[in-house]
Amino acid sequence: MRELITTLANGQTFLANLPEVVLNIIFISLGAVVLTTVCAVLALVGVYMERKVSAHIQDRVGPMYVGGFHGWLQTAADALKLLLKEDIVPALADKKLHFFAPILVFGATLATFAVLPFGRHYVMSDMNIGILYILAISSLVVIGTILAGWASNNKWSLLGAMRSAAQVVSFEIPASLAILVIIMAVGSMNLGEIVNVQVGGIHKWLIWKFFPFNLLAFIIYFIATLAETNRAPFDLPEAESEIVAGFHTEYSGFKWAAFFLAEYANMFMVGVVGATLFLGGWSSPFGDFMNSGPFQIFWIFAKAFGLIFVQIWIRWTLPRVRVDQLMYTSWKVLTPFAFVAIIGVGFYMIL
Amino acid sequence: MSLFDVIFYLFAAFTLASAALMVVSKNIVHSAVGLLFSFFGVAGIYVLLAADFLAVVQVLVYVGGILILLLFGVMLTQRITSVDMRTGTLQLVPAILAVAGIFVILFRVIRTTSWNIVPEAEAQFIPTAEKIGYLLMTDFLIPFEIVSVLLLAALIGAAFIARKGT
Amino acid sequence: MLFNFATALVFLIFGGLFVLLNLGISRILQARNPHPVKISTYECGELPEGESWIQFNIRFYVVALVFLIFEVEIIFLFPWALVFKDLGLFAFVEMMIFVFILLVGLAYVWAKGDLDWDKPQSVPAPELSQSYEQKEVTETVDS
Repeated sequence: MRELITTLANGQTFLANLPEVVLNIIFISLGAVVLTTVCAVLALVGVYMERKVSAHIQDRVGPMYVGGFHGWLQTAADALKLLLKEDIVPALADKKLHFFAPILVFGATLATFAVLPFGRHYVMSDMNIGILYILAISSLVVIGTILAGWASNNKWSLLGAMRSAAQVVSFEIPASLAILVIIMAVGSMNLGEIVNVQVGGIHKWLIWKFFPFNLLAFIIYFIATLAETNRAPFDLPEAESEIVAGFHTEYSGFKWAAFFLAEYANMFMVGVVGATLFLGGWSSPFGDFMNSGPFQIFWIFAKAFGLIFVQIWIRWTLPRVRVDQLMYTSWKVLTPFAFVAIIGVGFYMIL
Repeated sequence: MSLFDVIFYLFAAFTLASAALMVVSKNIVHSAVGLLFSFFGVAGIYVLLAADFLAVVQVLVYVGGILILLLFGVMLTQRITSVDMRTGTLQLVPAILAVAGIFVILFRVIRTTSWNIVPEAEAQFIPTAEKIGYLLMTDFLIPFEIVSVLLLAALIGAAFIARKGT
Repeated sequence: MLFNFATALVFLIFGGLFVLLNLGISRILQARNPHPVKISTYECGELPEGESWIQFNIRFYVVALVFLIFEVEIIFLFPWALVFKDLGLFAFVEMMIFVFILLVGLAYVWAKGDLDWDKPQSVPAPELSQSYEQKEVTETVDS
């Protein structure tokens, strides 16, 4: 991104005359605005995809009317509708925190987008500890969830929030360990560099390296992130048959939409990170073929949406697990296997 | 005062203000939010000190771990809303004395430490994570292994106490 | 490096501003029609009963504790994983000792049952409706 700024600035004399700080501020803000829009649009696409895929899995057709072609404007219309909805704040709620929680959740979700590499030069913040930064910022989402549940002063909300937090922290351990496997193999926490070692075709993807340990790590990562984004079969925090809507029971209007957008944006973020770590990120699976700038964006989006499709597919296939099964999966299955993967990769690299 | 200094003082003020919010707030969850901002401000100061790894770890451990633990602890407490939280007027004199004592100690520590100060012009922002890795594997190997024993003891002790509580 | 972190901070702020902006737009467009029943706490149509800020099961706390300790451990593993490629066997052995000691911890909490959540007991079909209701209530609070 830095190179992009300099190239753009050099072309324009009036920009080149500005001090570097101002230039940076302008371009960072521009990037933030663009990615906020992208984030919101992606969330809408994700919701549309979910509705269509779930419909077809259940032998329905899903939204068909709004916008003409297969109801493609349906979720945009829904978003507009949510803007018109009355914002109901319960009388007993903690109003300040009730207001603050969705802002924190969406802000934290968007902050993770800053380090995602959408192409060799399409990354806003090429941080050398990018992956660790994503893990850290994601924890803000957990705090936001707890605050939302607590501020609502509603039993369902608080139960949902506590479940969500316990679940996310439990699955953060196997997810971090799976990421560690990749860091060991690459020797860098920079997402761009992790992709760089995978450029050159499908056979160079890290998922095939150190077979079968990296594959195992990928499976662990995928299951753990399903739970971290509160997706089925780990959607206990929003188990509608038990606790209504979980932590956002008392939210309506755009505050609710903010949680909803953040959830789908998180799914996308998790998909991009999974694709970056294991599936070659923005690099083309055919080596140099179709690997130029715009195609890189296409590939990362294709891979991320492929992973989102599998997430949706799983949601509409598997039933919800129980709490004790959830904890069992995290601590007694995924965590030991993640340690096995780390030790296995270690042996591979020593030998 | 350069822009860097301005940002530093902004972060410092932010951290202190959040810490103050945490202390004076009558509602314990509001205090937790103050703590969240305070941790975040400290992470910002770490970034300005070129300690990038430490900054991210600060957020990861303190916000993602300790703050969640604290909030869970709050939820464990029965009838948290009816707990009378007195702030400010209780035990004023001993509190001032204790705080003043800590302040004097900290002030002396800050003054007597020989800081490794680099002139601003030569200051560099280099990634620290790999350096930390090398140092942990070479110079600080023994402390590193002792940490694992310490963590083990903490885990067993915590699990033991929590089990007693049920 | 400062540039990268500044970008991250700006993104965090812009995400919040995006929500604020839309909330502002929503405030102008929406119909506001508060009613005492509408703004009462939702409890499936019943009038809210008792406190919402209830006491939670201690297991949540235990899970958070175990998580925190493993989190700290993993943070030590990150710098190690970065330099592992260069240091080779020596670093590997060192880390195996580190990981082994912590796996002892995992084995301990596993064996002692701290990682077990309350399983739903398979109770025979309840005879008294009252005892059944009692059971329901405790289960909700536990999980």
